[in-house]
Order: sequence, then C-alpha cells, then structure tokens
Amino acid sequence: MPYPLHTRIGRLALALLAASGFALPALPVLADGNGRMVPLTPKYKEECSACHVAYPPSLMPAASWNRIMNNLPNHFGTDASLDPATVKELSGWINAHAGTYKRVREEPPQDRITRTAWFIHKHDEVSAATWKRASIKSASNCIACHTTADKGDFNEDNVRIPR
Amino acid sequence: MNLFSLSATFPRALAALTLACAALAPAARAVTPAEQLAGYTAQAGAPASPARGQQLFTNKHGGEWSCSSCHGAVPIQAGKHASTGKTIGAMAPAFNPERFTDPAKTEKWFRRNCKDVLSRECTAGEKADVLSWLMTLKP
Repeated sequence: MPYPLHTRIGRLALALLAASGFALPALPVLADGNGRMVPLTPKYKEECSACHVAYPPSLMPAASWNRIMNNLPNHFGTDASLDPATVKELSGWINAHAGTYKRVREEPPQDRITRTAWFIHKHDEVSAATWKRASIKSASNCIACHTTADKGDFNEDNVRIPR
Repeated sequence: MNLFSLSATFPRALAALTLACAALAPAARAVTPAEQLAGYTAQAGAPASPARGQQLFTNKHGGEWSCSSCHGAVPIQAGKHASTGKTIGAMAPAFNPERFTDPAKTEKWFRRNCKDVLSRECTAGEKADVLSWLMTLKP
C-alpha cells in the first residue's frame, strides 16, 4: 500500500470533488496541476504577498516549501522572518496544497519556481531581452505579464507582455 | 479599612483592570503613529530626532540597500521593492493612513528591514528617530 488509507481516502475525496466540478468555477489555470485552482487564504496573501506576488503552493513540492518556510530569516537575500505561530499556520496550509502533480513533484534548484523544468519549458518563447525589460525585471515578477497572478490565476488568456 | 482608603483603592483597582484588559486585547489593537512614537521614545529614554531618522533612512550603512532603495528617498509616494519590483505603499502616515497603526506589524517590518539594511535590529531610539521623521512629512 503506497499511502496510509486515510491519505488515500482524502485524495479520493479531493479527486471526486474536483471531478464534480464543485471546485472549478472557471478552470482557468495551471492551478495545482490537478486542475483545481486553490483559493489563497487571507493570511497567506497578507504574509506572502507583501514583497512579491502570492505564489500558489501548488507550483513546488512540499519539500521545497518546507526548506523555504524553515529559513525565512534568509529568504532569497532578505529577512522575511515571521513569528513561530504564523510560520506553523502557513506551513500547514502550504503542505496541504503543495504540488503533487508529476511535473511539479521535482524539487527545483535553490527551491526557485523559476528553475523548475515546467517553468522553463512554458516560458521558452520569452527572449532573454524581454525578461530584462524594466517593466518585467525578473522572472519571479509573475504579475508583470500574468495580469491575474495575484488571484492565483495563470490562464494564458490573461497574459499581456508589457513593452 | 476605612471608607476613605476604600474609595482611594477603587479607582486604582479599576485602572489596573483596564490596563490588564488592554494587555489581553487582540494583538491587532489599532494605535496611532503618535502613540507608537511615544512608546519608542519612552523605551529609548531620550527624545527622537527627525534629522537622525532621515539620515538612517537614506544611508546604506556600508551595505547594498538603504531603506530608500525600496521606499524612495522621501517616502511620501509608493515605492518599488528593489529586487521584486512590487509596489510598496507610501510610508509617511500623512500619505498612507494605514501606516504605524498596528504595533505588531510595525515591529515585524522594523525587524526585517533593519536586518536587511543594517545587518542588525534597530534600537528603540533609532525606530523613534525614523518614525519622527516620517511624521514630519506632510502634504
């Protein structure tokens, strides 16, 4: 048995929920790779989108997120420390929604979403010069082009690459 | 206990109870920037200096970033995060009424950003200096 029974039942329930269409008002997105767009909690939005767009937890596996959450005082060059209670609350939610889909299961180098194979593949038509535009600045600046990224929506229809 | 001492004790007990309730109130208790400045000044035990605050805010302190790198030299309008490019609302309370109304939030950001800029936490006196300068910025 690959997983404990309760985990399997949980997954089955989620799969059924997703299949029923209940969790898919618009089915826009890369979402969590399982076809569901998980709404971001207010706490996650408040704490994790102060300096950057709120990255959906589904974009990396739990192991990558856990390393990030355990090292917030050294967060990609800045101090993003939080009180222990908040770290615990956010980690629990992130773990529940981290990526499990086969392409997202890989732990990217430096735990950077932008270093995952699927990210690189999805953006291979974007030239190096485009990434360097002042209006974009960095591949981590999703919302520069994905205009609804702050809502966890990465639907290609909403992509506008700025000059 | 005579009647006089009872009447003198009661208001004090009430005051103590009120303080206790305030201490137990949710962490997000709203305060004013002036109240936070008074708190930092009392902790520092010395008056705040807006000029010193401006100096601290705009100086790189030998590192890569100053506070101004993300907040602008005079933070009366939105700034831009130096590495992510995300917009950051104005810091001066007169231009952004949300600023310095949540003590936990104020402490969180002083802790993080002082470590980013000065590689250490700021003292109560330094926080008082910065806040007093921000409060001098008016439309």
